[in-house]
Formats: sequence, structure tokens, C-alpha cells
Amino acid sequence: MRQKLPVTTAILTNRFERRTFVLGSLQTGVGLLLATRLGYLAVAQNEKYQAASESNRVNLTLIPPRRGWVLDRFGKALAANRADFRVDLIPDRVADPDKTMSMLAGLLALPPDKVRDVRDKLDKARGFQPVEVASSLDWEKFAAVSVRLPELPGVIPQRGYSRFYPAGASVGHLVGYVGAASAEDYEKERNPLLITPGFKIGKDGLEKHFEFRLRGVPGARRVEATASGRIVRDLGTREDVPGKPIALTINAGLQDYAARRIGLESGSVVVMDCETGDILAMASMPCFDPNSFSDGIGRIEWKMLSEDDHVPLRNKVLRGLYPPGSTVKPMVALSFLEAGLDPNASVGCSGGLRVGNRVFHCWNRRGHGSVDMAKGIYQSCDVYFYHFAQQIGMDKIAAMARRLGLGQEFPMPYPGQSYGTVPDPAWKLKKYSKEWAVYDTVNATIGQGYMLVNPLQQAIMASRIASGRQVMPRLLLDRNAPLPKPMGFSQEHLDYIHSAMSEVVNGRGTAGRARLPVDNVLLAGKTGTAQVVGLNIANGKSGAWKYRDHGHFICFAPFDKPKYACAVVIEHGGGSGAAYPIARDVMTYIFAPDKAMAVLEDFEKQWGGNVQQRMAARYDAFAARYGETTAKPLPDDEDLTERVEQGRKPAGDPQTVQTEAAAPAPEPEQPTGVTAKPAAAPAVANAVPGTNAGTVASTGGQ
Amino acid sequence: MPRAYVPAAIARQPWSVLLPLIALVSFGAAVLDSAAGGRFEIWSLSHLFRFGVFLVVAMIIARLPRELFSKLAIPVYAGLCFLLVLVELIGGIGGGSQRWLNLGFMTLQPSELMKPGIVLVLAWFYSVLPIGETQSWRALLPAAVLLGIPAGLVMLQPDLGTGLAITFGAVVVMFLAGLPLRWFLGAGAAGLIAAPLAFFFLLHDYQRNRVLVFLDPESDPLGTGYHITQSKIAIGSGGIIGKGFGNGSQSHLNYLPEAHTDFVFATMAEEWGMLGGVFVLVVFGLIFRWGLKVATSAPDRFSRLLAAGMTMTIFFYMCINLMMVMGLAPVVGIPLPWMSHGGSSMMTNMICIGTIMAVERWNRAAPRTLS
Repeated sequence: MRQKLPVTTAILTNRFERRTFVLGSLQTGVGLLLATRLGYLAVAQNEKYQAASESNRVNLTLIPPRRGWVLDRFGKALAANRADFRVDLIPDRVADPDKTMSMLAGLLALPPDKVRDVRDKLDKARGFQPVEVASSLDWEKFAAVSVRLPELPGVIPQRGYSRFYPAGASVGHLVGYVGAASAEDYEKERNPLLITPGFKIGKDGLEKHFEFRLRGVPGARRVEATASGRIVRDLGTREDVPGKPIALTINAGLQDYAARRIGLESGSVVVMDCETGDILAMASMPCFDPNSFSDGIGRIEWKMLSEDDHVPLRNKVLRGLYPPGSTVKPMVALSFLEAGLDPNASVGCSGGLRVGNRVFHCWNRRGHGSVDMAKGIYQSCDVYFYHFAQQIGMDKIAAMARRLGLGQEFPMPYPGQSYGTVPDPAWKLKKYSKEWAVYDTVNATIGQGYMLVNPLQQAIMASRIASGRQVMPRLLLDRNAPLPKPMGFSQEHLDYIHSAMSEVVNGRGTAGRARLPVDNVLLAGKTGTAQVVGLNIANGKSGAWKYRDHGHFICFAPFDKPKYACAVVIEHGGGSGAAYPIARDVMTYIFAPDKAMAVLEDFEKQWGGNVQQRMAARYDAFAARYGETTAKPLPDDEDLTERVEQGRKPAGDPQTVQTEAAAPAPEPEQPTGVTAKPAAAPAVANAVPGTNAGTVASTGGQ
Repeated sequence: MPRAYVPAAIARQPWSVLLPLIALVSFGAAVLDSAAGGRFEIWSLSHLFRFGVFLVVAMIIARLPRELFSKLAIPVYAGLCFLLVLVELIGGIGGGSQRWLNLGFMTLQPSELMKPGIVLVLAWFYSVLPIGETQSWRALLPAAVLLGIPAGLVMLQPDLGTGLAITFGAVVVMFLAGLPLRWFLGAGAAGLIAAPLAFFFLLHDYQRNRVLVFLDPESDPLGTGYHITQSKIAIGSGGIIGKGFGNGSQSHLNYLPEAHTDFVFATMAEEWGMLGGVFVLVVFGLIFRWGLKVATSAPDRFSRLLAAGMTMTIFFYMCINLMMVMGLAPVVGIPLPWMSHGGSSMMTNMICIGTIMAVERWNRAAPRTLS
């Protein structure tokens, strides 16, 4: 404004009118701006906001689908679902974790270690990943939580279905287990179902492999809900579509029996139909209980499983690798026969054989006298095989081993299987850049040295020898599958081997006590004792558990019309004497279940109950010892997966490969006529430490 | 309206503002009825009742003589300042932000009354200020003191929204009083520089947070940004004709916070769509046009400034509220005049209307002079 002019009322009035006009224009401008903005929101972006409003209004709750059942060959459930009441927490919605947990602990009567487990998970869980607080609740507890919901934000009580494994630990490795989806699972799949409370995903075994077949299609409940989650009205419910069942070739009763019969030992039992390849039982014990694993692994349970030297987390059938010991002898003998060796060709056994400048001992230091092929098998004479293996050559033996399934990969629906090694000159050159030596052949023929197999392969070997058919292991039931092709062995040769194997059990052999208590059914088998460490460290029979010999037994029955084949491996059982009684009882179960059960019940009385009872007792002992102290917190989900994976890794190459002139471990029974003595006693009596062999062989390379 | 057929007493009433007001309040009552889930007695009844009471108050104010306004300007202002100090003292004892004064029979918010109060006292000040002084510091300094005391007290409460409303009313009066334009431009420039400084050093955390969230509501969809996001969803989902009366899901399912007070416009727009929104804007436009027309035809400087200042105070309410609701301004607790449920804002706005109506009456009584 011009300062020099005197300001008058007229000027000010004029100025007022002008400025009022400015303000009026300002109002119009703001009005237009607001109208434009309104139009932009309500018209231009209407669709976007309508969708947002709809997603606010309508709350879609997924109903986890019922998982498909896992059935045995007779339609009996190995994994089923049962209706239950459960309580979950959504971490993002929990306002005060401490208060919420202490209230829940009171309402649900949770033990302190469980409360700590849930707190750990709650701290680690991301956002909307539900954390299970409790499941299988009774109605009273469920109702107690439900009525207090307004004070418990983030707590979701619901009724649904949970996975149930009627046989518990017996099928842990066979079926696997389920669990809440981890953050990685969700990253991978981006499926909202995965973070629906109560939904479980297959974590291991068949549950994991057949996840999509078993999963089904979730149902959905559409409700109109307020911002605070109060449901105003139901807009409709779509039923879930249950997952498809899978039928296995397993015989549930046999599976459970085999698992229970392993008892306190660490081992595995595989039973196959040797005509079709159907796997009837595949047990690895000790095992975790998939029922409690599926509820989430507690810290005490984790401590219990991870500190157990019997590695309950490893499926030993597919991931355990062992030197097969003498169980390879029928296979080696068959390779001799197929190579044209006369079975009557004999060698004199004086307790050892000099190969080059070393002496390889027979397990029986007093010698077997004159030994032909049959005697070589039923007496398990090492010298017979030392002698003729050199004559026939390793390539023929290795080819036969592979033909019968050793070292071969089988398409089983499990991750991370180990397939072992069948050594031959080419393999050794490639792996160790060393020439094959005669003593390598000698070691391989008695299933020691580089040779490593898993129990499934042993069962397949037994099946193929028994039926002469190229059986492949089959886990999924297919009643219309054609019989496998014959292997092309001469029936005469097979009969010879069969009768020698029958002699092992029913005659002058090493496993006389393995005879089946069933009329008209004869078992044919072969024992095996595999050394874990050199005799200079331990004698294999007593002393530290981890140095004891592995016990093996392969068998089939009936001997004259083979139908069932079985392989048993007992880790550090101290010799085959730990393995064949189990095989006998398992095979007995097939033909006379009552007799077998009576034997098992006697054993379980000595062992302190059945598997469930023993695990419960062990859990209680651990809980009493570590429950109050701050036990190591549970590894988080990723870490846990990794560690379970580690636990499952195969034993790997044996710590020290016994390629030297191993002194074969004594077979458990006296060759002839000794019947009255208990299994372990003669073994110890016969164990003559072969220190001289060890020193002689000390120059041998590895 | 054909005057011949209506009685004089009715024809004399300022229908050009009463009709828009009644329309707005009735519409507001309808929206509140829906927001209460169809229960008229929850909010709508008291809304209409308060309007009736304060309409009578406005009518009484409208009949007061001009001299009384001038005489009461200073005492009213001083009284309100005293109440603000009192509030501050009680608040100091009670702890936290204290805005209310409990009088026993009602709760009074002195800062609300200060909005018309500041307009009144500044209009009086510039009407007594010698014409020659309007360009000097003597026109600014007393006004600044008159503004500074209440504005400072209100900001201390802290109540940023009301503080800004008081300041806005005062600045409008100064602007219209003919103070040099360059002062306003200078103050505007200074404000641009000071705003960032104030943002970082003067604002409370929750206020700063509100500004940040306003700039990016999606950054905090479940926290402070929730209000803005949900309000935009309500308005946007309404479309052109809305979801229909009583069918607003955002408000009925409680997704929209403060659906009956600050965000009543969103509640309305969801059910009535853009048409309802434009209707509200037009009605407000009519009211403001009436207010400014009264101001420009006012007989003297005091009544001119008074009428224009009151109009702009109401405008400020509407402007900030609608901008906030549509995501154009940060969330500040300012209700929408005549539509939001709340006694204090109804009282303030009706006092403003009553004052403008009084000026309109003076216009008719005294021909326009240059005084």
C-alpha cells in the first residue's frame, strides 16, 4: 500500500470489500477442491474402495480340510483324524503375552515347561503365524477359554480335527508327522491356508511326500464381522473337501509288532512280500511319537530325543548304513554258482587262510574242516569264501550284489535316503586312486571293508534270492500290478542256496534258535555279525555300546515256497544273536500271531512296558530332572528342521573302514549241537581276540 | 418467498440462513440415526434438541443491540481468558490435557467459546483504532497480544486444532481490517520457514506422528493412519448415489472410527454417495455466501469485521474437517458444523450464526454509513 497517502475510511471500506471478495473466492476454490476430491474418491477410485470396504466387511475364515487317511493293506488306519478342541494364539493380536499366557496356563492347567515352550514360539513367531497352545482339550477347558475371550485378544479356540496315529511311535518313520507350517513353507507357497490356525502340513515321511494328495481343499466360512471381530451374521459356509487317502502295502499289525519287538535295541526290521515286492513292515526304532510331534515338539521331548544315542530321529531303514557282514554270503555263493562253480567243490578250513603275507582268520579259530558251499553258508565259514572269491574275482561278486539290490537306489517316497557302496576295483580306483588288492576281495565277500548297505537293500536281496524275481520295493498298494519278472537265475541254483539257508535255521547252522514255532513252515535265513571297530579297540561283544558289533539277519519263509522275506539289523547288538530272535518272532507273527504276541508280552514285562509306556516313563524322568531348570530352549523352526535333518543323516562311512585282514566276529552259536546255552555266552567264549591278525595287517592301507 | 401471504413475524426471520441450517441439521440427524444403527434416540434426538436450544440462543443474540456487543467485547474476552487459565490450572492438577471445565450442570470448553470471542474482541479493537493507525505497528501489536494470550493458552492444553482455529479467525479479522498486505505475505513466508522448525521442535510426538501419517497413511494402516484410510474407504465405496440409507458397512461395523463425530461426513458419504456430499457442500456454500453478504452490507466497520470473521470461523471448521475426512489434511479433532454430534461445536457455530444474524438486523435498522 502506498504509505504516503493518508488512509481514509473509504479506502479501508474499499479494501474490506476487495479482501472479502478474495475470501469469498477462497471459499469457492476450497469448495471446488473438496468437490473434486470427493468425485475422485467416490467415482474415479470407487472400485478400489468398494473392494476395500467389502474386504473389511466380509471375513473369510478358512476351515482346514480334513487330511486324507493313511491306510494299511487291509484298510486299517495308520494315520487318521480325530475331532478335538484346540486353542491357538495369533502373535500379532496378542496385546500382553505374559498376561495372556498366565491366564491360559490357569484355564488350561498347562505345566510350566509347556508354558515356556509356547512363550518361546510366541517370541519367534512372525505376525499371523498361529502358535498352538493346546489341543485335544476336553469340553470344560475349551469352554472356560471361550467364555473369557474378551479378555484374551489373539486367542483362538476352535473345534477341528487333529492328526491321530493309532500306532504311535511304531509308524513314526513310516508315516512321518505333521506340524504347523513354518515361515519358509509360507514363503514358498503363499497360501493363506498355511497360516490358518489348526492347519497342519506334512513335515516328514509320507505325510510330507504326499502332502498335496492328503491335504484336500479347505472349507470356508464367510461372515460379516465388526472391526473388533464380533460376528454380525453368517453369509454362508462351504464344506471342506477331505484329502484323498493313501493305501499302503503295510500290514499295520505286523508293523506295530515289529516295532515293538525291537524293544530296547536300536534297529530296524523290514518285511517284504518277496513275490510282489510289497513292503509289509518297515520299522525303525526307537522312534519319536508322531502324535506328540504333531502337536509341536516340546523342549523336554526334544532334549530326550536329541540326547539319545539310539538316534530316534533317524529312519534307520533308509538312512542307516551298515557293513552287512555274513548276510552277503548267500549272495556271494549265488554268484559263484552263476559263475559255474561246482557247489560240491570243497576247501579245508583250519581257522584261517594266508592271503599274500597276511593271515585272514575264520570266525571259528578251531576251523571247520572240509567245507563245501552249503556248509560255507550254514556254518558261515569265512575261509570257504576267502578261497573261492579269489578264484571267481570281485567283478562277478560285485555284479551279483548290485543285481540283488545292494548299493542300488530304490524310488521310495522318502527324502534323503542312503544307498551305500558295493566296492569293486573300478570304484576303488576312482574313489581312493588305489589298486584293488586281494584282501579287498576277501573283506568284501564277508560283508566287511568298504561294503555298506541299508536294511531295505538287505530285505530286497533276501526277497530276490527267495523268489528269484526282480522285486522292487512297493509301498503304495496296487493289487493289480503284474508280478515282477524273473531274475533269470537257474532254479537249481536257487534251490541249493535256499536249502543251505534253511540249514542255517533248521539244521546244523548258526541260528538254530531261529526256528519258527509253527508247524509246516520252515524259515530259511542267514546270520551276520559286522564289526564296527577293529578288535584292537574292542571285542565287539561287551564294553562300550557304540563299539559293539552290529547284528544282522536276513530270512524268508516258507523255505520251500517263499512268500515273505525279512531283514533285521540291530545296531551294536553285539552280533547276529541280537537280530535273529527278532526276525523269528516277526515271521512267527505272520503265521501265528497269537504265539508271537505271547512272546512279545513276556518281553515287554521285562522291558518295563510297551513302547508308549516306556516313552512316557522316560519323559517323566526327563521332566522331573530338567522340567524346573531352564532347559535349553527349543531350536526355532528352521533350526529344528536342520537339526532333525542332521539327525537323519546316515551314519556315513564307518569311522574306520575295516579293510585290513579283519578277524571276523564269531557267529553266535556253536556250529553243531550246542543248544542249551544262552545266546551271548558261547559268543563270548568263542571270541578269541585276533591281535596277531591285527598286527600283521597294520601295513594295510585304508 | 411471497411476503404477502405470510405473517410479518415469520417473514421477518432470516430464512436465507435458517432454511440451509435446518436442512443441514435434519440431514445430520438422519445420518446420526443411521450411524446409531437406526436408533433415533441415541444421537439424533439430542442433536436436534441442541439445535433447537441454540437456535433460540442465536435468536436472542440476534436481538442484542450493537452497543452491547461493543461494550461486552473486552469483558467477554477477559472472562474467557480467565476461564482458559482456570482450565490450565485444573489441568495442571489433574495431569494431561485438560480442555473441559465442569460447571456442575454442564461441561464447558472455554477454548470453543474463544473462537467467536477472538473475532469479537479484534473487531472491536479495529473499530476503535484510529483510521490513521491501521498501517502502523500500533494496529498489529495489541492485536498480537490479544491473540497471543488465548492462542498460547489453548496450545498449551495442548489442543492444536482449536489453537489454529482461533489464530485463523484473528488473522482473517486483521486481514479484513485493512492491515498492509505485505505483512501477511511476510508472515506467510516466515510461516513457511518456521513450519519445519515447529514440526521438529514444537509439536508433540503424537502430533508429529499425525502429520507423518497424513503424508503417507498406508505406512501405518492399523495405527494412526487407520482413521484416514477407513474414512477414504467409506467415502470411496459410496460411489455416486451411495449404498443407501442404513446400509453403510464401514460405519455400522465400526471400521470407521468416530463415525458420529469427526468422521460424520464419511458416514454420510458412504450411504448417500457423492450426491449427498455435493448437497452438503452447496448448503455450506449458501450459508457462507449469506454470511459474507451480510458482512459487505453491514453499516459500520465493527459489524462488518464481526460478520465476516464469524463466517470465516465457521468456514475454517468445515474446511479443515472435510479436508481431513478426505485425506487432504492431517487428523485434527475438528467436527463438521451442524452435522457432527456434539454440544460444544453446535454452541460455537450457533453463536457465530446468531452474531451474523444480529449484524443483519442492524443492517436493516441503520442505513449503511461510512463510519
